[in-house]
Amino acid sequence: MDESKDARAADALPNDTRGDLHTEHQLLNMGPSHPATHGTVKFMIELDGETIVDLDVQVGYLHRGFEKECESGSWYQVIPYTDRLNYNSAILANQGYCLAVEKLLDLETPERCQWLRVLAGELSRVGDHLTRCGAACLELAAMTPFLYGIEARELVWDLQEILCGARVTSNYVRIGGVKHGLPDEFPAACRELLPKIRALLVDFEKVVTRNRIFVDRLKDTGVLSKQDCLRYAVTGPMLRAAGVPLDLRKQEPYLVYDEIDFDVPVGSVGDNYDRYLVCVEEVRQSLRIVEQCLERLEGLGPGPVDVQDPRVRWPAKGRVFGGMEEMIQQFKSVTEGPRVPAGEAYGAIESANGELGFYLVSDGSSRPVKVRCRPPSFINLAPLPEMLRGAMLADLIPTFDFINMVGGECDR
Amino acid sequence: MDDFGSTALARLLEHCTDAVQATHSQHGDATARVVATRLVELLRFLRDDADCAFEMLTDLTVVDRLDEEPRFEVVYHLYSVAKNQRVRLKVAVQEGDPVVASATALYASANWMEREAFDLYGIRFDGHPDLRRILLYEEFEGHPLRKDYSKLKRQPLIGPEG
Repeated sequence: MDESKDARAADALPNDTRGDLHTEHQLLNMGPSHPATHGTVKFMIELDGETIVDLDVQVGYLHRGFEKECESGSWYQVIPYTDRLNYNSAILANQGYCLAVEKLLDLETPERCQWLRVLAGELSRVGDHLTRCGAACLELAAMTPFLYGIEARELVWDLQEILCGARVTSNYVRIGGVKHGLPDEFPAACRELLPKIRALLVDFEKVVTRNRIFVDRLKDTGVLSKQDCLRYAVTGPMLRAAGVPLDLRKQEPYLVYDEIDFDVPVGSVGDNYDRYLVCVEEVRQSLRIVEQCLERLEGLGPGPVDVQDPRVRWPAKGRVFGGMEEMIQQFKSVTEGPRVPAGEAYGAIESANGELGFYLVSDGSSRPVKVRCRPPSFINLAPLPEMLRGAMLADLIPTFDFINMVGGECDR
Repeated sequence: MDDFGSTALARLLEHCTDAVQATHSQHGDATARVVATRLVELLRFLRDDADCAFEMLTDLTVVDRLDEEPRFEVVYHLYSVAKNQRVRLKVAVQEGDPVVASATALYASANWMEREAFDLYGIRFDGHPDLRRILLYEEFEGHPLRKDYSKLKRQPLIGPEG
């Protein structure tokens, strides 16, 4: 080989259009409409054969101006919008927002309300994780486990419907309370359906967890180390899979989580398989929490689920029709909404995807100055190029699935 | 100025007093308003100091106070997993020349969050490797989360039809 050929061989890997055999990187446009992109996201992938050289993630196709809308309504009118952030676990978003507003108001909700919020939130989390794992299987061409997962989620949604009146965008949590207490038929339904959900999860795991194809596609793909997770502020199952036992339910216990017995599963490598295992274990832990909540709520019996604070709760209907004061208060609550003291607060909860934070700024009026949602989907998606550089194109699918980017929350 | 029992605020006041303009601890959130030109230095201190150890830049956002001067406030939320503590830093930004130093060299998470702040508020981050719109499209006119951007404003049509 003469010297010029040596030189050519040395720079052959980048674009080489001079030789007899041209090698050129290929740009592949995937999305925004693609069966594996859950909603809308676009990847511009630079490929060398099947190897990913670089990747540009383009989000924003589902941007609906969440913050702008929130700033033009009352504090209450934000709650239905939060349902539509992560629509897989709407109640957790309700909860995060209401807890942050209550922090601004210095409100402490009654015990019964807190247990109900935990119960509803954990059901939501189960639904979210089942969707994530089920959809990941579907996109790796396994239809059966997807159906097991979705059937179990359907049962969770049945419970949510009994509890909140709606399956998906349930709009359950209120500032200073919840929509209503535990319905009479809920405990029996819960006792009937929880074993079924568990049985479906067992079936799901039997097909998937030790399945050779599934394990080969997931093991050592999409690895994000502990240090990189921290640099990118990645939270939730992704961070726990990398070996950091950070769960805000344990770390900064809110609601009644300090009274509840549950474990935080942790992975070691931080690959997709660890993420899968963490999610499946979290489903089991959440079901445990649901059982504890149910037991406690039955022990507490019926009673008030709202704070008795005229700033945020409407007067009882009976008194509105009988008294002038209450009538005026009702009128003001409906037309203006509650006023929140001037100030700022950041409240964070552990949502299904990680830290879901709300940074609120109030000027003392009935309209928020700012409602910032710290979206775990958006922040967890940012390191995707780092996770995939040098990987195969096919690794993109499971890696993206286990980030569980939800368009509504990522793009807001 | 008081440190309100927050280790992070106490360390900040101890080490960089002249860079801290005000502190408060409303609702238990330790907050410091700092001089914009010293921001990166303070972030580096908070990240590397053993008592602070803020490994994560959890959140970055902007508050627009339309009638006040300076108009914008860039808000940083830091979190330390090791110490389980949080701190909030705020820097003021003028309307005429809305520029802040980028935190991307210290925190990788700043990349997308700064792009979002640029996209929605028009704040420029000096030293950002790839400052372009992220949620909106390139042809979008204006920065929609600014308080003087009307919710009803229409955008020109784009695409082959013009």
